[in-house]
Amino acid sequence: MKVTLEVWRQKSSENGGKMVSYDVDDITPDMSFLEMLDVLNERLLQKGEDSIAFDHDCREGICGMCSLMINGMPHGPERATTTCQLHMRKFHDGQHITVEPWRASAFPVLKDLVVDRSAFDRVMQKGGYISANTGNAPDANAIPISKKDADIAMDAAACIGCGACVAVCKNSSAMLFVAAKASHLAHLPQGQPERYDRALKMMEQADDEGFGSCTNTYDCEAACPKEISVRHIAQLNKDYLHAALFGK
Amino acid sequence: MNLDSKIPSGPIAEKWTKHKFDMKLVNPANKRKYTVIVVGTGLAGASAAATLAELGYKVLAFTYHDSPRRAHSIAAQGGINAAKNYPNDGDSVHRLFYDTVKGGDFRSREANVHRLSEVSANIIDQCVSQGVPFAREYGGYLSNRSFGGAQVSRTFYARGQTGQQLLLGAYAQLNKEIDKGGVTMFYRKEMLDLVIVNGHARGIITRDLITGKIESFAGDAVLLCTGGYSNVFYLSTNAKACNVTAAYRAYKRGAGFANPCYTQIHPTCIPVSGDHQSKLTLMSESLRNDGRIWVPKKGGDQRSPSQIPENERDYYLERKYPSFGNLSPRDIASRSAKEACDAGRGIGPGARGVYLDFADSIARLGKQVIEERYGNLFEMYERITGENPYNVPMRIYPAPHYTMGGIWVDYNLMSTIPGLHVLGEANFSDHGANRLGASALMQGLADGYFVIPYTIGHYFASSGQGKITADAPEFKQAEQQAAEKIAALLNIHGKRTPTSFHHQLGKLMWDKCGMARNEKGLQEALNEIPSIREEFWNNLFVPGSGSELNQSLELAGRVADFLEFAEVLCNDALHRNESCGGHFREEYQTSEGEAKRDDENYSYVAVWEFNGKGNKPLLNKEPLQFENVHLSVRSYK
Repeated sequence: MKVTLEVWRQKSSENGGKMVSYDVDDITPDMSFLEMLDVLNERLLQKGEDSIAFDHDCREGICGMCSLMINGMPHGPERATTTCQLHMRKFHDGQHITVEPWRASAFPVLKDLVVDRSAFDRVMQKGGYISANTGNAPDANAIPISKKDADIAMDAAACIGCGACVAVCKNSSAMLFVAAKASHLAHLPQGQPERYDRALKMMEQADDEGFGSCTNTYDCEAACPKEISVRHIAQLNKDYLHAALFGK
Repeated sequence: MNLDSKIPSGPIAEKWTKHKFDMKLVNPANKRKYTVIVVGTGLAGASAAATLAELGYKVLAFTYHDSPRRAHSIAAQGGINAAKNYPNDGDSVHRLFYDTVKGGDFRSREANVHRLSEVSANIIDQCVSQGVPFAREYGGYLSNRSFGGAQVSRTFYARGQTGQQLLLGAYAQLNKEIDKGGVTMFYRKEMLDLVIVNGHARGIITRDLITGKIESFAGDAVLLCTGGYSNVFYLSTNAKACNVTAAYRAYKRGAGFANPCYTQIHPTCIPVSGDHQSKLTLMSESLRNDGRIWVPKKGGDQRSPSQIPENERDYYLERKYPSFGNLSPRDIASRSAKEACDAGRGIGPGARGVYLDFADSIARLGKQVIEERYGNLFEMYERITGENPYNVPMRIYPAPHYTMGGIWVDYNLMSTIPGLHVLGEANFSDHGANRLGASALMQGLADGYFVIPYTIGHYFASSGQGKITADAPEFKQAEQQAAEKIAALLNIHGKRTPTSFHHQLGKLMWDKCGMARNEKGLQEALNEIPSIREEFWNNLFVPGSGSELNQSLELAGRVADFLEFAEVLCNDALHRNESCGGHFREEYQTSEGEAKRDDENYSYVAVWEFNGKGNKPLLNKEPLQFENVHLSVRSYK
């Protein structure tokens, strides 16, 4: 099959960028979207041109490194799928596909389709953990945790930190990302001592990084490749409110 | 090369306890005076960096990713072993130790494996306290499942994302220490060289992947936690960026490289679909708990699986290994799949595949139970292949997955270069010639949380090295060499891409040094690798410059090292005239096609020493002593 790509090219964060058109023929439906880009990149290099820079690593949908706005949708058209797991069989022969980086002021473009998501790490560093130093843990079965709570915690903990929620949000809000971590830990007994402090600190850092506010449009849930539910945002709001009203 | 393993004396079950007491300590107030450089922040690196910072050491941690959470530990699916014996099914520290030594085909170091088994239970405790959401039963207690090579259920898991959850746990602990100031985290910086001063590892040279800046970092010890080298085969289950560069640079600076030929081929991966394939995707071994592996009895059978009646199917693992059946260890399951395909009984495109069939389990347990256990894996399979495994059997084939070989370390995890410690998959010590499923996560975290925090203090307290800064001439010289290498890669101006060379090398390695090896093939590989390398250095094209984000340049540097390292690997495979674990030499097999070990002549660790450019590396040996496990023919029948 053949597709026509419109790809964002930008030399560095200091340069401006523009959309560049590429015809990519002789591709097969079994290729992943990134393998299609690999093929294009090999052809560009053979012509002596610079390849298109994009982030990727595990290529099995778990590292959260890949991104891309594909036809305006984070990770493309397939529900619950990262770009690396999206296959060309989901597109039709001759299709025009636009490929852009995540767009958010907190995620500056570094080159072409690569953005800087270090803001996420800084949010995590402000409380996205349980202070449990190595060596002082009780037996793992000392505190039973109901299967229900463990399952909810796991649902939230499945976040891969890709940033699709921010990219899709009209406010560039990181609310789903922050909520996933806060709610994961809030559902576990080990996470209780720091629960409210965590909600406050992570939210403050997200604000400082320039992520927008949440206006409950739920686009984030629809775009999330791991289908993290917005119910975790409600959990975070509840904890944040509690912390604001009653202190940590 | 001095290969003193420093195994403590005394009974095996008391060695670690005794050693912990015998080691020197660093006073709490003095710990902050020591700087530890941690390269790689996957399971081993993140857990080590966090724990060392908790103790008070100053830690500089490096990742080439944009976040430690991207490390490939995240992709481990099935679980983590621990001798908790929660299911009350007869597990113990000694049984985990025994299973691991036997699973490793008697090519690992007993004392290290026993320590691993001892601390395994603490890992689970620690992870639960960090908030790792392990699977639980309705009563609220932790759930276990079984894995290959064991007859007890000792594997803890978090759906099919155990590696992700354990890594996020270690990452959270790392974040805690970054927040507190104990760890300085460096992102998107790739280690290009190791710096040795007065014979001790004192720092590293890095390249900033965004700006291209070459920098030096000095410290009192260096920890390599940089993973394995499966990508020497080009197609593997490793992430695209996984590479051997950090370990290989250490090797060129004098660290012994142990047992590089012990490479693990994972039996359950999605088969290759075409030349465009950029990586292979693993389907967790846990699937073998409920999936049955089979091929048609008749070669060239083109019928769809549902059309093939029960009596015309060969459930070959159940037939050949009745007591372990579909849960036979990885090396055995992989080779059996190859055997079936070599005999023309493979299925799917190119007939390089076997079925992994869930029909019986779905009939027995219901679709919902199977969905709960493996839902995300089934979805992943469907996304990649376009086939629904609830309705048709999965197609699987073995793929390079893990490397048991690595930098040689002593009992303290220190390499032959004083101060250079190596943790996780990057070292060699615990898995022998074959790693059991769910043991990689265990080893990475054991090294990081529970071993290095003790042994590093002993090194500091006894090494007596003074302070140093990155202005020392050794750093400047190494920086210059790194810059020259980058310039050399950029100035070839040839025609071929780094990927094309990687592809070529990988195919050669897979064909001649993959699942089965023989003398002739290995000789051919050793003849061919230098010619690929020569073409690489004369006909490579890398666009752009070194002072920008340049993904082609990054890859070119890694491929350049693979092109040298591949020879070390083939030399090791050629010298080891026996079959053991992941190393299967066709000349050495039993009449039934099983691996035939030669304990009399090869019961040692082969440690390769760099011997100058263009020269064959030197072989050193660490004899292996088995005092607690009786050397026997590994049988899973």
